[in-house]
Amino acid sequence: MAEQVMTQAPGNVWKVLVKEGDSVAAGDTLFILEVMKTEVPHEAESAGTVTKLHIAEEDAVDVGQLALEIG
Amino acid sequence: MKKILIANRGEIACRIIRSCRALGLKTVAVYSEADANAKHVDEADEAIAIGPAAAKESYLVADKVLAAANEAGADAVHPGYGFLAENEGFARAVAEAGMIWIGPRPETIADMGDKERARLLAHGAGVPIVPGSPRFMVNDNAGLEAAGDEVGFPLLVKATAGGGGIGMKRVDAAEDLLATVETTQNMAEKAFGDGAVYLEKLIDQPRHIEIQVFGFGDGGAVHFFERECSIQRRFQKIIEESPAPGLKREIRDAMATAALALTKQERYRGAGTIEFILAPDGQFFFLEMNTRIQVEHPVTEMTTGEDLVGLQLRLARGEEVSKLQQDSIASHGHAIECRIYAENPAKNFLPSPGPLDVYSPPSQGGGIRVDTGVRQGDQVTYFYDPMIAKLITHGVERDVAIEKMLAALDDFRIEGIVTNIPFLKRVLTHPAYLGGRTHTGFVDEHKDDLFKE
Repeated sequence: MAEQVMTQAPGNVWKVLVKEGDSVAAGDTLFILEVMKTEVPHEAESAGTVTKLHIAEEDAVDVGQLALEIG
Repeated sequence: MKKILIANRGEIACRIIRSCRALGLKTVAVYSEADANAKHVDEADEAIAIGPAAAKESYLVADKVLAAANEAGADAVHPGYGFLAENEGFARAVAEAGMIWIGPRPETIADMGDKERARLLAHGAGVPIVPGSPRFMVNDNAGLEAAGDEVGFPLLVKATAGGGGIGMKRVDAAEDLLATVETTQNMAEKAFGDGAVYLEKLIDQPRHIEIQVFGFGDGGAVHFFERECSIQRRFQKIIEESPAPGLKREIRDAMATAALALTKQERYRGAGTIEFILAPDGQFFFLEMNTRIQVEHPVTEMTTGEDLVGLQLRLARGEEVSKLQQDSIASHGHAIECRIYAENPAKNFLPSPGPLDVYSPPSQGGGIRVDTGVRQGDQVTYFYDPMIAKLITHGVERDVAIEKMLAALDDFRIEGIVTNIPFLKRVLTHPAYLGGRTHTGFVDEHKDDLFKE
């Protein structure tokens, strides 16, 4: 089951904790945005492999932007 | 001292400008590219650009702020809170550039900024401290297991360089300790450049009560009573009040005495806050000392009638404020502050930047005060703190202050972004809050009531 992980708020990418090819479990933190001085962690909803990463640390992102894909 | 550079933005910059003006002082604002049209820039006598929107490229760059102060020919720098307010190096650089630093001595900032050193100093002043461990450095966790057992579970792992809830993790069982310590060390090293952590006993259902102090720099000091700040989300305060509901007078007095002992020992200069946690059994413990004007200072201004920022400015310009006597300071009635945040409580307090299509705060006066850093038409950007305003009410009793607050929140109209106003109303009308049964886990304990649709 493929999963597309979208950004929840506009901000800066603070940390990307996975790379393409990594296996992840449901609930794993994938990346953390910094929004208004607040850390906003984004977690995997399903287990799988990170097939595509669309963001990098320090990127400015908008809300609802495709950040990464899990296959 | 005639011209003050304000090294800050938003509501606190506007607040400082107000007191400067009352004392006949000129003001210089600094601003990032995102704030070129901000309220604080309009209200200051002069304004100087200091770089890009990201705070780490503007408001947090000591050299740029200092260059602006020099360019404007400022005599003094007021840092507000946050940004460079508790940056020892910046405080020192301001003084070395021949300007007055409106804050405590740089050494005091350094002492209190290191949470473990602060604990030792507090202990030395006879202030009770929470049982804790020595520090553990990255890749050097020998003796951690024994330290954990000695402190006892549940405990908190805290970064020595942290603060405001950042770098703080709860551990319930010994087997989770090492992993949590390592995670916290890594996080702290990345975030603060210092990975040291220590362990501290976790007090169940504590209240957060703090004493506002003001030191004259010569070992003399007064206090302005307490504020209760137990209503928090994600370790950050959202509602503060004074007096602390139901707090026994002897406990309050003991806290104030302890706070003054530390303030005097440090020969503290200016406004400061000593934070305590109060356990359900009445024991209290030193948490930390904040070496700056605090976000929630208006609560104290409403109950004591003192202009705390004005007092900072008067001390800085050499007035003999040390003549201020403790017995001339009294607390009247009850004051409450609500922090208005651009955030969505229903989505785990997710920050909510955006345009302020409508921004209409309640009118001030009659025990209602609004400290705000934005206007209708402004953009709330994602670069800075989500707090856009503070609403403070004062009444003869707590019930009156709460009633006024609820009415004022009803009058506060904000459209274009999501705010926490509906959430604040749910807290203020909750039976446990009305009954004064507050503790720092309040929001979590009552989440079923507070977050219902």
